[in-house]
Amino acid sequence: MTQKAFVRTEMLPEQDPPPTEAGIVGWIRENLFSGWLNTLLTLLAIGVIYYVLSGLLPWIFQSVWNAGSLDECREIMKATWGETHGHACWAVIKDRWLQLLYGFYPPYPVYPDANFGEAPVGHWLPAYFRPNLALVLLFAALAPVLFDRVPRKMLVFTAIYPFVMPWLMWGGSVWTPVGIAAGFAILFAVIRYGQVAMGFLLAVIVGVLAALLWWGLIMGYVTAGLDQIVPIAIPSVESREFGGFMLAILIGVVAIGLSLPIGIVLALGRRSDLLIIKSLSVGFIELIRGVPLITLLFVASVLLNYFMPPGTDFDIIMRVMIMVTVFASAYTAEVIRGGLAALPKGQYEGADSLGLDYWQAQRLIIMPQALKISIPGIVSTFIGVFKDTTLVSIIGLLDPIGLSQGIRANQEWNGIYWELFAFIALLFFVTCFGMSRYSMWLERKLQKGH
Amino acid sequence: MSELAIERDVDRSRMQVSDKVAVEITGMNKWFGAFHVLRDINLTVNEGERIVIAGPSGSGKSTLIRCINALEEHQQGRIVVDGTELSNDLKNIDKIRSEVGMVFQHFNLFPHLTILENCTLAPIWVRKTPKREADETAMHFLEKVKIPEQADKYPGQLSGGQQQRVAIARSLCMKPRIMLFDEPTSALDPEMIKEVLDTMIELAEEGMTMLCVTHEMGFARQVANRVIFMDQGQIVEQNEPEEFFNNPKSERTKLFLSQILGH
Repeated sequence: MTQKAFVRTEMLPEQDPPPTEAGIVGWIRENLFSGWLNTLLTLLAIGVIYYVLSGLLPWIFQSVWNAGSLDECREIMKATWGETHGHACWAVIKDRWLQLLYGFYPPYPVYPDANFGEAPVGHWLPAYFRPNLALVLLFAALAPVLFDRVPRKMLVFTAIYPFVMPWLMWGGSVWTPVGIAAGFAILFAVIRYGQVAMGFLLAVIVGVLAALLWWGLIMGYVTAGLDQIVPIAIPSVESREFGGFMLAILIGVVAIGLSLPIGIVLALGRRSDLLIIKSLSVGFIELIRGVPLITLLFVASVLLNYFMPPGTDFDIIMRVMIMVTVFASAYTAEVIRGGLAALPKGQYEGADSLGLDYWQAQRLIIMPQALKISIPGIVSTFIGVFKDTTLVSIIGLLDPIGLSQGIRANQEWNGIYWELFAFIALLFFVTCFGMSRYSMWLERKLQKGH
Repeated sequence: MSELAIERDVDRSRMQVSDKVAVEITGMNKWFGAFHVLRDINLTVNEGERIVIAGPSGSGKSTLIRCINALEEHQQGRIVVDGTELSNDLKNIDKIRSEVGMVFQHFNLFPHLTILENCTLAPIWVRKTPKREADETAMHFLEKVKIPEQADKYPGQLSGGQQQRVAIARSLCMKPRIMLFDEPTSALDPEMIKEVLDTMIELAEEGMTMLCVTHEMGFARQVANRVIFMDQGQIVEQNEPEEFFNNPKSERTKLFLSQILGH
């Protein structure tokens, strides 16, 4: 008999779920042992994990930290565990970690021949002070870009950093970075004040020409003159002394930092209605994306010199940076173009209908949304670029991979592979994982209830 | 569908049509590729007029009002808005757009900005209004469309009707002289249509020049001073609403009206 009317007279109290449904037991039951196939797979997985860890953990932890060479390492292993197989020889990292981090960068540039920890009495700056300071300042310069809680005034420092960093790294006269910065000041001044008189496009062209004229012809004399009057300089460090993880970060940061703005311009150019701008952007992107990075690096290391006037010494690291930047820009541009394409047409029309001009609409409406959509893709590209910096070892730069070859070429460490690569992998992993976490945090933060 | 009851009397005391011309379209033609969307459009709108443009879908009515603020380019003829002729000069186009407000079917609010920021963006960047003043104006208009309490939310958190009212407030913040409405209620639930229509009626009562593409015939009857019927890219008939609805002249209009009012 069915009951048609029902009235509840008392409310039911809340009860704990049965133990099979909640807590650890419930979770294990639900996720690991629900059915015979899943139970089998769980046991299999446990077996595989055990097998891998039982080899890996002893290799990492039952290892030799104090030895002068691989042979010595092996003797210690034989004496301790009776075998040389299955134990890491971390002594090579202990011996060479500074080299893996800084290459042959002098610890105390004032005394180029002093080794680490052997600074003459009275020298008070710690070893590797300049690259370390550059790294710390890098974080300070990035902070206002990455986190909107940091005061906006810090952006001034971000703008100065690109001129401070090379000076710290390469040294030399303080007037060189000042002169280069002055070139940009000329460029912006011409655009800012020339815009009214000759229009935006012409002002940009004149500004670029004026800046090139300044950098190419005038700046040298002016900085030399200033150097005579007020000689402020720090000891220079040659590019061939750069190396290690420091070099990877240097190339990576420059390429990433420049490829974002260049990528935005290229993406906009590719979607432009103006035929010449569009074809130039498409041509550039397709050409660069169509060749492997390694060929671009060979162009940088070998071919570029043929096209330069004889006698010009165009720094190899600078050439490599340009090539990696160009490469990264082409990829970033395509990722951003994807974000632009994902925006509904209504956003453009909404901006247009309010009377915003092209650049205002792009800056205020389109780009914030397009970049937000493209964050995962952009960060993937950046992580890829950062790891690709290891390719510079092929053209003879001493990045960590290049150095590992150098270290192996030594008689003491001939034959050591895994320990070096594990260390290098750890360095890259920590950096790339950091970037990935930041991008996830940023995506969550930009979620705006839709 | 469309004889939606407007539950209050419309106050016509301030709906004065001046003899100053707001929009003048002469001999305008437009093609999408080979398709002739708008054919020889001639239309003069005086200040203070409330014009409803009706017609079957694909008749070119949206395209027509989108030509007025140059969201669509016309290939022949002249469009003069508030004394400025629409040409390819971008400066002219931006100037006209800042004088002509537009409300879209799908609102087109900016999802990454708060309601208040949506409303102050154009005044600050186009009109160079100081932020504080722009905020005050925005709050004034948000109060007018009856959602000041939503100012700090994002568009995605609002209902469709609320979003459309924000879109109207956003346009009004630019203090436009002409408002274009492109099917403002077509994407809304029946309950929300009323709140948007009420806002539009209030605007009409204040004497705003309005061009509305809409299927809301109740609105047309009570608010419009002229109804334009379009079909196949042409203006087929235009008249005062009373005459238009009670005594349509063309066969095409009769058919259209019988289809949308006949059930």
